[in-house]
Amino acid sequence: MKNSPLLSKSFLVLPLLALGFFIGGCSNSQSNQPGSRSGGALSSNVAEQVYVAPGEYDEFYAFFSGGFSGQVTVHGLPSGRLFKIIPVFSVGAEKGYGFNEETKPMLMTSHGFIPWDDSHHPELSQTNGETDGRWLFINGNNTPRIARIDLSEFETVEIIEIPNSGGNHSSPFTTMNTEYVVAGTRFGVPYPQQDVAISEYADKFKATLSFIKVDPETGRMNIAFQVLLPAYDFDLAHAGKGASHGWMFFSSYNTEEKHTLLEVEASQNDKDYIAAINWKKAEEYLAQGKFHEVPARYAHNYYDTEKQLATSTIMESVKVLIPEECPGLVYFLPTPKSPHGVDVDPTGEYIVGNGKLSANLTVHSFSKMLKAIENKAFEKEVDGVPVLKYEEVVAGIVKDAGLGPLHTEFDDKGNAYTSFFISSEVVKWKVSTQEVLDRAPTYYSIGHLMIPGGDSHKPQGKYLVAMNKITKDRYLPTGPELCHSAQLYDISGDKMKLLLDFPTMGEPHYAQGISADRIIPRQKKFYKLEENKHPHFTAGEKEARVERNGNEVHVYMTSIRSHFAPDNIEGIKVGDKVYFHVTNLEQDWDVPHGFAVLGAQNAELLIMPGQTETLLWEPKAEGVYPFYCTDFCSALHQEMQGYVRVSARNANVPLKWSLGSYEEQ
Amino acid sequence: MKRLPQTFMVASGLLLLTLFLWPMWSITLIAPQYPQGVTMYIHVNKISGDSPGTLQNINILNHYVGMKPIEPESIPELRYFPYIVIGMTVLALVFAATGNGKLFLFWAVLMTALALAGIYDFYLWEYDYGHDLNPNAAIQIPGASYQPPLLGTKVILNFTARSYPALAGYLAGVSIVLAYLAWWLKKRTR
Repeated sequence: MKNSPLLSKSFLVLPLLALGFFIGGCSNSQSNQPGSRSGGALSSNVAEQVYVAPGEYDEFYAFFSGGFSGQVTVHGLPSGRLFKIIPVFSVGAEKGYGFNEETKPMLMTSHGFIPWDDSHHPELSQTNGETDGRWLFINGNNTPRIARIDLSEFETVEIIEIPNSGGNHSSPFTTMNTEYVVAGTRFGVPYPQQDVAISEYADKFKATLSFIKVDPETGRMNIAFQVLLPAYDFDLAHAGKGASHGWMFFSSYNTEEKHTLLEVEASQNDKDYIAAINWKKAEEYLAQGKFHEVPARYAHNYYDTEKQLATSTIMESVKVLIPEECPGLVYFLPTPKSPHGVDVDPTGEYIVGNGKLSANLTVHSFSKMLKAIENKAFEKEVDGVPVLKYEEVVAGIVKDAGLGPLHTEFDDKGNAYTSFFISSEVVKWKVSTQEVLDRAPTYYSIGHLMIPGGDSHKPQGKYLVAMNKITKDRYLPTGPELCHSAQLYDISGDKMKLLLDFPTMGEPHYAQGISADRIIPRQKKFYKLEENKHPHFTAGEKEARVERNGNEVHVYMTSIRSHFAPDNIEGIKVGDKVYFHVTNLEQDWDVPHGFAVLGAQNAELLIMPGQTETLLWEPKAEGVYPFYCTDFCSALHQEMQGYVRVSARNANVPLKWSLGSYEEQ
Repeated sequence: MKRLPQTFMVASGLLLLTLFLWPMWSITLIAPQYPQGVTMYIHVNKISGDSPGTLQNINILNHYVGMKPIEPESIPELRYFPYIVIGMTVLALVFAATGNGKLFLFWAVLMTALALAGIYDFYLWEYDYGHDLNPNAAIQIPGASYQPPLLGTKVILNFTARSYPALAGYLAGVSIVLAYLAWWLKKRTR
C-alpha cells in the first residue's frame, strides 16, 4: 500500500514487530523462500498448469486496477497474459481517450477536466450474488468518482462523481444483485465544503457513505442517498449476502478524528469501527421522505453507445440521511487495530475485520449482530449511531495468523485466505472455526488478493492471485522504478501452491476474476454502420465532404482499406479549428483504422469498425501537412495517407477536397 | 401407393420453394487471417454472408487485385430467377393434378436443363469476376486469374476457395430426382 499510512515506516516496523512478538510464526519452514529463487522449487507439472498453448484461451479473465495509472488492465488466468489496458480515469493517448471530442466529457468533474486519477478496486456486477460479466465498476480515489465499464465492449461508458467526499477508497463493492455500488470518504471533509481551520476537524468535518443505484437494465448509475457520519476515515467495504443481504459493511480508522500525523494519532484507539448500514431500511426512510435534499455539485458523465458520444451533466443536489433521524440505519461494530479490509464470507454470516496493526483477525457474526441489536446491547452511542458491545458481536478470532492483515477472500469450500502485508504471506484458515490451515509466502509485501468470485456469494475457487507491492529482485531490474507483480496460486488442494509470477501495470490494488464463459458470449465484434447515430457520421464515401462555418471546419471523412475519403484537402486557414470526423466504414472484426495528423496537440484517433470519432486540429502555420492511418490495417496500410493544405488567414484558396480521380467541389 | 407418383411431383414442386428460405450455393474463403473463413451465400434472389459485412469484406479483399465489386443489384438473374422458380412450382402442381407421367418427365427434363443453364451462368459470372480486372489494381500478378472454382476447392493467392451447393441447392437436386422417380413409378404401375 504505497499510500497507506503504514508504508513510510513499514520497513522499520517490520523487523521490530517480528522480533517483538512474532518470532517463528512467519513461515520460515516454507520451501519457497525469498533468496532461494522459488522457481527452482517448482516442479515441472506447475509449468503445465499455467501453460496456455498458442491459440488457446485462458480459463478466466482477470481485471486489475491500475492504481496510480488510473486505468484497468485485462489479463488471462492462468497464463497471466495481458490483453488490454482500458482507459478509465486517466487519459489514454493510445486510443485518444480523453483527447478526442467524443470522450473528453468522460473526464469532466465539478473541478473541470481532470486527466488523471488513482483507480483502486474493480468490482464485477452480480446477479443473485454471482458475477454475471455485464459490467465492471471501479473507484477513482483522488477526485472521488465511480466508473462503469461495459464488458461487451471493454470500454468505460459512465463516470459519476461523488460529492461531500475526499478519498473515495471504500468503493465500489456491489450488493448481490448490483442494486447498489457504494462510495465512502477516506478523508473527512468539511460538510458542506468550506473555508475552515483544519484544527476544527472534529467539529466541522464529516464523513459520508454513498449508495449509488444501478439500473438493472442499462447499468446507469445515480446517487440514491448519502449517510452522514462522524469524520472517521472509511477504508473499505463489502456487501452482506445470503442472510445479510440488505446490509453493507464499511471499515474505518481514525475514529480518534485526528488531522495530523495520523500514523501515530490515528492508532491510539484500541478499536475502531465497522459501520453496518441497513440499506433496505434506508430505502424505507427515503420513501418516507426522511432525507435532506442538500445542494451539491457533481458531474455525471455518460457515453451513449449509439451516438458514440459522451455527455457530462452537472448535478445540483443529493439526498442525505442523518442517523439521529433514522434509527436502525447504522450500527458500529468495534473492531481492533484500525481495520483495513472488511470482508463478508459467501454465506453472509461472517464479517472479517482485518485489523492491520494486529496479528489477529476479528471475525464478527451477523446473527449475533442482529441479536445484539434486538437486545440493545449497546456500549454507547456516537452521533445517533449505537455502538454494539464487542463481545456481543464477535464470533471468534484467528489467533497469531500473521502480521498486518489487510484483506480476505473466500473459496467455495468454507475457507478464507487473508493477505498479510508485514509478514508478506497468504494465510488460509477455516471460516467456521477460525483455525489456520496453511500459509504461503509472497514476493513481497502483498496488498490485496483475489479469488475469482472470492468476494461474492458464489466463489469460483481454483486460483488465488496475490498482488504484491514490492518486487525488488524478482524481475530484470528497470532502474529505480520497478514493476508491481501478481502471483498465481493453485488453491484447489489442501495446500496452496505457487504457480506463476507476472508483472502488472501501475499499482494494482484489487482485482476481479471471472470464468471466460461468462464474458465471451457478450462480445461485440464491431459497431453496425446502420446503428451509428453519431451527429457527424458519414454513411459512405459519396457523403465525404468538408464544410466551413466561420473559422470552424468540419471534415466528414471515411476510412476503409486502404484509403481515406477525402485524402486531399485544401482551403484550410491558419487559425481554423478543424474537426476531423472520421467514420471507419469497415464491418469486420479486428479492423480498426487510426488517424493522425502532423502537429495535432492532442492524440490520435483509433476508430473501431462502424465507429465515428473526432479529432480537433488547430494548424498554427501555413504549409501542407500529412495525415495517415496509424494502425497497420492491410497490405496497403502504408499507402493510407493524405494531405491538408493550410493557407494564410486572409488567403483566397477555395475549400476543396478530393479522392483519386473522383472530385467534388 | 397408387397416388405416390403424384405425391412425389407435388413434393418436387414444393421443394423448389425452399430456395426462398435457404441459400443454394456457398463460396468460402479461408486464409490465416480468417481462421473461420469468410462465407458468401448465393440465394435465388440475393447474396448474403455469414455476417452482415461479408460482401463488403470480400469486395475490399477483391479490390486489391482489381476485381469488380460484387453488387447484387447489378446481377439481373437475382431478379428473374424467382419467377422461374415459382413458375416451375406451379407447373409441377398442375402436372401432378393431371397425373400424366409424360408431363412428369417433361418437367424433370426441363428442370434439369434449367439447373444446368443456371450452373453455366454461374460459371460465366465467376469467369467474368476472375478475369475482367482493373488494369490499375494495386496488386498485379502477370497471367493470374482469380476465378473461384465452380465446384470444389482451389487455391487463389493467399486464399483457399471452396465452392459447394448449399442446403436449398441440394433440396433442388432432390426435387429433380423426385420428378424422375415420379415418372418412373408412374410408368411401372401402368
